[in-house]
Amino acid sequence: MSKTVTTRDAGDIKVIELHGKITIGSGDLQMREGIHAALSAGAKKIIIDMKDVTTIDSSGVGELVGCYTTATHRGAKLKLMSLPPKISDVLTVTQLITVFDVYSDEKEAVASFS
Amino acid sequence: MWLSSRYPNIELAEAFLDTLCREKGVAEEAEHWIGMALREALANAIRHGNRQDSGKRVLLAFRSDAETLTIEVGDEGAGFAPDDVADPLSPENQMKTSGRGIFYMRTFMDEVSFSRGETGGTLLTLKKNVQTTSRTKGVEAS
Repeated sequence: MSKTVTTRDAGDIKVIELHGKITIGSGDLQMREGIHAALSAGAKKIIIDMKDVTTIDSSGVGELVGCYTTATHRGAKLKLMSLPPKISDVLTVTQLITVFDVYSDEKEAVASFS
Repeated sequence: MWLSSRYPNIELAEAFLDTLCREKGVAEEAEHWIGMALREALANAIRHGNRQDSGKRVLLAFRSDAETLTIEVGDEGAGFAPDDVADPLSPENQMKTSGRGIFYMRTFMDEVSFSRGETGGTLLTLKKNVQTTSRTKGVEAS
């Protein structure tokens, strides 16, 4: 079974790649653990790569909002990139798309930190 | 059918829905949003209705005719008042970590209604016109 969350470095930026379903009882908690691990390791610049996310539910959205708030309180920046259309729609209808900094690809997301 | 109050059963229910939608010829796009509404309904029944008590069951029923797909999800909880659920679009609620499930169901389905179930909990009925569904339904509702 492939991992839901993988993490890599792009310079001083932590790129957290999400895969598959970010839904209640499985992917949502793994996503939170991955982001919190990056924050605990001192990351101040985090990009969540969502290109391989197939489904996100309200629980996953809630965790994403919680992680964004936690990151902000710790002085870190959390940004999103490569949202598939269905994932973008889910954030759009709840108007959260305006809360997050969203970029179309990694090049654009990385450049936003400079 | 009756399911135990365990999150992995949401995957089973969605697989069943996928099969039903394929047999009925429902567009893949519409199937995705119906599946999302189903996920939210079952998650609410397990988490808020039955409070993850594995001894309590979740009712799941599908009905379909030429135009409409109807899904019923019931729990064995204490019931709740859907009108008391806060508006997730209000500025004071926007950054809350919960409270969006019913909003998503109402966005992605054509009809969402709540009633008292035979077992005392909440019976949620979701309806979707599968002939006129389109991806823009959700965006329009925003």
